[in-house]
Amino acid sequence: MKEKVFSGIAASPGIVVGQAYLFDVEEAAVSPHPIPEKSVGAEIARFEDALIATRKELINIRQELADRAGRKVTDLFDAHLLVVEDRTLIAEVVKGIEEKRLNAEYVFQSVIKEYTKAFLQVEDGYIKERLSDIRDVARRVLHNLTGSKRADLASLEEEVVVIAPDLSPSDTALMHREKVVGFATDAGGKTSHTAIMARSLEIPAVVALGNISAAVSTGDPLVVDGTSGQVILFPSRATLARVKREQTELLRFETQLEELKDRPAETRDGFRVTLAANIEMPEDLPSVVSHGGEGVGLYRTEYFYLNRVDLPDEEEQYQAYRKVAKTLHPASVIIRTLDLGGDKFNSALEIPPEFNPFMGWRAIRFCLERQDIFKTQLRAILRASREKNVKVMFPMISGYGELKRVLRIWEETKNEIRRQGVPFHQDMEVGIMIEIPSAVVMADELAREVDFFSIGTNDLIQYTLAVDRVNEKIAYLYDPLNPAVIRLIDQVITTGHRHNIWVGMCGEMAGDILSIPILLGLGLDEFSVSPVIIPEVKKLISSLRLPEARELAQEVLSYRSADDIRAAAKKVISRTAPRLLKAEQSRVRPAGSG
Amino acid sequence: MPEIVKDIKIENKLGIHARPAARFVQLSSRFSSDIILKRGEEEVNGKSIMGVLMLAAPQGSTVKVIARGVDAETAMEEIEALIKSKFGED
Repeated sequence: MKEKVFSGIAASPGIVVGQAYLFDVEEAAVSPHPIPEKSVGAEIARFEDALIATRKELINIRQELADRAGRKVTDLFDAHLLVVEDRTLIAEVVKGIEEKRLNAEYVFQSVIKEYTKAFLQVEDGYIKERLSDIRDVARRVLHNLTGSKRADLASLEEEVVVIAPDLSPSDTALMHREKVVGFATDAGGKTSHTAIMARSLEIPAVVALGNISAAVSTGDPLVVDGTSGQVILFPSRATLARVKREQTELLRFETQLEELKDRPAETRDGFRVTLAANIEMPEDLPSVVSHGGEGVGLYRTEYFYLNRVDLPDEEEQYQAYRKVAKTLHPASVIIRTLDLGGDKFNSALEIPPEFNPFMGWRAIRFCLERQDIFKTQLRAILRASREKNVKVMFPMISGYGELKRVLRIWEETKNEIRRQGVPFHQDMEVGIMIEIPSAVVMADELAREVDFFSIGTNDLIQYTLAVDRVNEKIAYLYDPLNPAVIRLIDQVITTGHRHNIWVGMCGEMAGDILSIPILLGLGLDEFSVSPVIIPEVKKLISSLRLPEARELAQEVLSYRSADDIRAAAKKVISRTAPRLLKAEQSRVRPAGSG
Repeated sequence: MPEIVKDIKIENKLGIHARPAARFVQLSSRFSSDIILKRGEEEVNGKSIMGVLMLAAPQGSTVKVIARGVDAETAMEEIEALIKSKFGED
């Protein structure tokens, strides 16, 4: 058989070879038949039993998934469960059975068909994809009603690559990596729940292949490349050899990352930087530890205030800060004070809606006015500092006068706590976020007042380039490698170092593969990134030499365009860590993140 | 029967998609009041996931929330807080 290549969407990375297993979910055949009047009650009860059975199945699947892939993905089944509990849907079916005196299967299927029709008219693609969730539940209910056994991916006997027209989230959830080495489907998208689940279960997958299920028979040999988005049917000997090479390379790469875990972030010639994690709550700690993070460079505290109608008290905050500080001791933990506003709100605070919230009443501006809330947080931070590994950081500082006001409140709070005899770290390091261009301009004056700077690139880029990156029309203008951004960052680091304070970065740019060599060369002392990407960042830093990073940084400081800067950075990485460049290019970015 | 009606703007990036819809239904189901959602001509039961999904309220759209029943006031407060918090997303 001649090799045949199919191209689709890369849904979950990794490359595997295996034998195809054609999985086709047959719709249960349903025909109408009349129900005698006296049996209407029993028919409704039968329908309700099927709902209860389906609910049980879904809860079991969710539990199994939670054990294997963690809590985050199990949310995907909340909508499934709500469909089984949907009062309107249930009422419509019950009414249908009563009025038409027809069997539950038939009435249920017709109601679902009506919904399907309505859903197909919705313009929003994201909502349309939810149709697969509803069909998934409906199929389960029908199988429970008819008592027919459904094909099931949990009980496979041998290792296979699953090929299907489409896979429901619940089918995917039941796959085991030991048996299903990969899968490929005709339908689907990158943000479909099936794709998200495949990534969590670490099963390589390609979706949206069009007609693969018609071209493949069970037993056919094939390759699923979830990194490039290709499926190769009847792979040639040369293809198999290439796959083998890639698998070996990938395995070696993963082993290298694993080996780096307990080592510091250090260049090949022994220059050390701090590689810390950004976290939101104590629940993130296991991830920091398992990925080898060296402390926390940004502890966002907004989480306490969101999704609730009241305000968090001092004790609640203290317990959380203390837990983080104790767990990571002696590594340091930088707590950023409240950064509410912009796009983050608490309903008890009644922050009025603004036309331009990112430039409005937010973060430190809000805290300076609501000093009651601010001081409560400062007290909690101070109390958690006993082990001397806590640092405090103020967001959105725009100038000298503002910083002095903040520091005055900080000293007042320290005095209050001191008078009460509560132990705390008297010389706690105090830093500010540099995220407003005016703070860069005034960095010389600000550096005299604090112990460190942490560059918040998400806002700094947006304010410097005047780009709202949420606006899709202009999102292309949002570029960390814009020469203006690089020069500003250089200015911050140089000024900080002139005043003998360290300079870190906690925005997304600190984890951007192409930016890292430049930042290293500019002299950044600390990189704080999302825990999951720590191994990759560490790998990149450890494959560079300081002189080459410095040379790159000096070179790009003279460049006039982001494209030139990007090309120069790529050149360095393709020489030192080509695998990372490849991973970067095929990176799957989840929808709706950040 | 107390009835409260309020127009609320949807601000999270993807509008009311699956997860927010689920959270909306979970919340409104906790109240004995009827919760009705309206957008343009469409009117759906706020306790029905199918209904809320079908409303497909995108970012920037305004939905009319109607709470009718003894606990209408608390229901409206908490629903408004949920929508304003962007369903904890973004």
